[in-house]
Amino acid sequence: MTDTLTTHTDVLVIGGGIAGQAVCEAVRDRSAELSIAMVCEEPRLPFDRVSLSHLLVDGKDPAELQLRPEEWYTDQAVDAIVGDRVTALDADAGTAVLASGRALSFGRAVLCTGSAPLMPPLPGIDLPGVIPFRGPEDCQTIRRAAAEGTEVAVIGGGLLGLEAAYGVASQGASATVVHLMDRLMERQLDDPAAELLEPALEGLGVKVLLERQTRLILGPDRVRGLRFADDTQIECGLVVVAIGIRSRTDLAKASGLDVERGIVVDDRMITSHPRVLSVGECAQHRGHVYGIVAPIHEQAEVAAQTVLMLDAAGEDTEVLGHPAPYEGSILSAKLKVMGVDLVSIGDADASGGGGATPAMGHATSAAVHDRESGVYRKLVVRDGKLAGAILMGDTRGHELLLDGVKHAIDVPDPLALLAEASQASPADLPDTAQVCNCNGVCKGEIVKAIQEHDLGSTQEVVAKTRAGAGCGSCKPTVSEILKVVRGGKVDEATYLCPCRKQTREDLAAVVREQGIDSVSELSKTCGAGRECGACKPGLAYLVSEVNHNQHREERHARFINDRVHGNIQKDGTFSVVPRMRGGVTTPSELRRIADVAEKFDVPCVKVTGGQRIDLLGIKKEDLPAVWEALDMPSGYAYAKSVRTVKTCVGNQFCRFGLGDSMNAGVELEQMIEGLYTPHKVKLAVSGCPRNCAESLIKDIGIVAIEGGWEVSIGGAGAGTVRQTQLLARVDTKDRALDVAIVFLQYYREHGEYLERTAPFVDRVGLDTIKEAVLNEESGEPDRLRERFRIAKAACDPDPWRERRAPAVPKQFSELDTEVTAMVGPPPGAEKPEIASVEGEDAGGQGARLSIQRVVGATTRKATDA
Amino acid sequence: MLDVATPCTADELREEGFVDVGAAADVPRLEGRRATVDGRRVAVFRLPDRFAATDAACPHKGGPLSDGIVADDCVTCPLHNWRLNLRTGEVAGQDATMPIHHVVEQGGRLWVRLAGACDGHREPERAASRAAAPGPTPVRPAAPA
Repeated sequence: MTDTLTTHTDVLVIGGGIAGQAVCEAVRDRSAELSIAMVCEEPRLPFDRVSLSHLLVDGKDPAELQLRPEEWYTDQAVDAIVGDRVTALDADAGTAVLASGRALSFGRAVLCTGSAPLMPPLPGIDLPGVIPFRGPEDCQTIRRAAAEGTEVAVIGGGLLGLEAAYGVASQGASATVVHLMDRLMERQLDDPAAELLEPALEGLGVKVLLERQTRLILGPDRVRGLRFADDTQIECGLVVVAIGIRSRTDLAKASGLDVERGIVVDDRMITSHPRVLSVGECAQHRGHVYGIVAPIHEQAEVAAQTVLMLDAAGEDTEVLGHPAPYEGSILSAKLKVMGVDLVSIGDADASGGGGATPAMGHATSAAVHDRESGVYRKLVVRDGKLAGAILMGDTRGHELLLDGVKHAIDVPDPLALLAEASQASPADLPDTAQVCNCNGVCKGEIVKAIQEHDLGSTQEVVAKTRAGAGCGSCKPTVSEILKVVRGGKVDEATYLCPCRKQTREDLAAVVREQGIDSVSELSKTCGAGRECGACKPGLAYLVSEVNHNQHREERHARFINDRVHGNIQKDGTFSVVPRMRGGVTTPSELRRIADVAEKFDVPCVKVTGGQRIDLLGIKKEDLPAVWEALDMPSGYAYAKSVRTVKTCVGNQFCRFGLGDSMNAGVELEQMIEGLYTPHKVKLAVSGCPRNCAESLIKDIGIVAIEGGWEVSIGGAGAGTVRQTQLLARVDTKDRALDVAIVFLQYYREHGEYLERTAPFVDRVGLDTIKEAVLNEESGEPDRLRERFRIAKAACDPDPWRERRAPAVPKQFSELDTEVTAMVGPPPGAEKPEIASVEGEDAGGQGARLSIQRVVGATTRKATDA
Repeated sequence: MLDVATPCTADELREEGFVDVGAAADVPRLEGRRATVDGRRVAVFRLPDRFAATDAACPHKGGPLSDGIVADDCVTCPLHNWRLNLRTGEVAGQDATMPIHHVVEQGGRLWVRLAGACDGHREPERAASRAAAPGPTPVRPAAPA
């Protein structure tokens, strides 16, 4: 306020970082009376430096990181002196002088001067273009450089360096991490974890150079590169130095306080002078200087208690009572890099470093290591107590383990604890636990959304919070949290239209009773699909299914994949997968595919898991011409529909083969192709129980056995791996295909939209399905067969024929471009044919010929095993 | 029935900074199409009662909004389901807004004027990003004389 008179404050907080703010809050929590002043050297109020990498990655406004709004300081009566600095501190006299000339007297001072980035004394360190990763300004510099395509080198392969490098890469620029040691994050990781981390980072576009000691930063006018001790060098236009921090202790030293690596404090956070305390990265406690955020809050709590006890003691500088002493913090680091799940807790390397407890006893460790899937989970146990953990690739239960390390719990069986951690119930999770890794949603946000909006179903929670809206693997956790919050009272209904709370059954009844044959009509009748539109593809399926495909098709109700018959990719291009029944092709087809790939400069040609060929990166406007040149039917690889039937070669070639799986698969695919389903349906036929076509992880899997065939259902090979359950053991191939088809129709009629067969079978029950599909006396199998035939006859066997007769104007082109000349004969010249159940044509020539060529038998005449 | 058809002449629209982006009939009901206006990629949608336009790229990861599913008032990006309100430019659940460009229909053609271009000071060209400023309230179609 005044600049000549000395103002008095009970508590003088020196430093406006996270630590300074934490001390102010901890003191104010305990006392409304004590006057508090905080001197902030940076020209801004305290901000969340830990989230700096978010500024870099998301381009967030620095103001969003401010810890408290300006009003808070007024409301809480904290005198925040911004843009000023304490230049002299007299602990005995209890006075401080600021750079502005202002003088303060204080009861107690808390030094929260934090740290400065460690800048090594390399030649060229002061060149323009060499920066630390410390403040919002640095983020701006990095973002600007990335936008210009500047090559960025990051010196330092620790937590901060990797986050900076990821930030650069996330902006689409090239980032290289240069690290002195032979492994990344050597203080938090052991060798196996570091080995997994490196390729994970490279996958995100971050290059890693290990064991490189930077000798020289190349100039001369501004940075142009780095030269290493081994005389190799790299070029770069920006160097980010992130090799560590140095406690800022100048003021403490000048004031005569004990300083080693940091300002020495005792368990009450008191320095060598009883009037002065210290908290945060500038403080050294029991030999440790902490460079992470969690200890700051723990230290601030203790410091506040000490301040209050000192206050109660009055002028007496000896503390009367003793607050709960600060005994050090457990280090825990989480790498904030998307797509790399990594948590390191406490003493993570059984060999020593990184732990908070220097008293090292006998250490053992137990680890689960799956190189293939990039998962590494390790526990370190010292003298029978949990001392540390590394969780890489799968961080389930890390909250539980951190808690265990903090309390040094007894661990008689480390592997059992690892297993327990990975099954920690959502109820045990703290609010800060990230539940949805795709969309970064924490448990606390989910709980809050459920309470504030009175959400009753998982689906509503997913819609509101977006937790589970990505890959969906966290949905069970979301459901569990919902159950916990609602005390078990969960609305189990699955709404097809969550906005209007309408279920599939409700809507199907409306469609049937009112004879509705289009989505628009359904929307008009009951409002479904009008609010957000997300359910329109589900409504489109419902309308088509109830009307046995004799509905009015409306493209606006379909996902873009079904409007242009390709799978949209991250850059807005599409993938093209032609039908290749049973994974059997011909030289002529392969030649055409090769020609198309060359003619259209297709960026990637890939063999799919379903034994087909994927042409990736096709521009929308090129789709019609690509299809024309391929002259093969659509493989429906983009739709919630019957996909493909994977086969092994079977008894036509294989010396173990018991049945003709290849022909059976081709035949089955012809019988069902073109049909939409509640979710995608993948099938396989294997020629013997060796099961080389992986039939047991398909929605419908058929396996030849001695004297017959087995049909099993409800398998899944992706997100959650599930083995199929046996539906029937039959004598002939024809009967096996028949059972498969009757089940397919049953699923088409009873599956919820986007419900795969695995959860479908679980929900409905295998016995119910067997009764419906196999009990011929009931008449139901025949009715299913009949409805299947009608639906199949009316489905579109090859939507790629729209290349010649587009379904809507400018289906494949931009609004303001000239009308693309349609390929092939003019619209109307060729009447689209309806494929019969026998699948005689509809572009099926290739597959049929191929079978003749390969096995010398016609498709339709494959003999039963 | 669309109520946005304007009695203005094409010349008047051109003078007012509108650009002809194509035939209204080429944007089917509840679908979107992409066009370029003054070098900027925009997406034009036919809603039940009007046309709407915004930038072509989703502020999240640049997904093609014109390929999204359109409901009464919003479009959902086909890549990661970010949902944009086509009246306000707000992105549901996100701290992002998109400019809403002005569309009028005249003589079967669609004309688009970029948000911020209506006062004669065209907004500087910028990449569609989450930094995009909220677009001004769309001006009413030019009043008939």
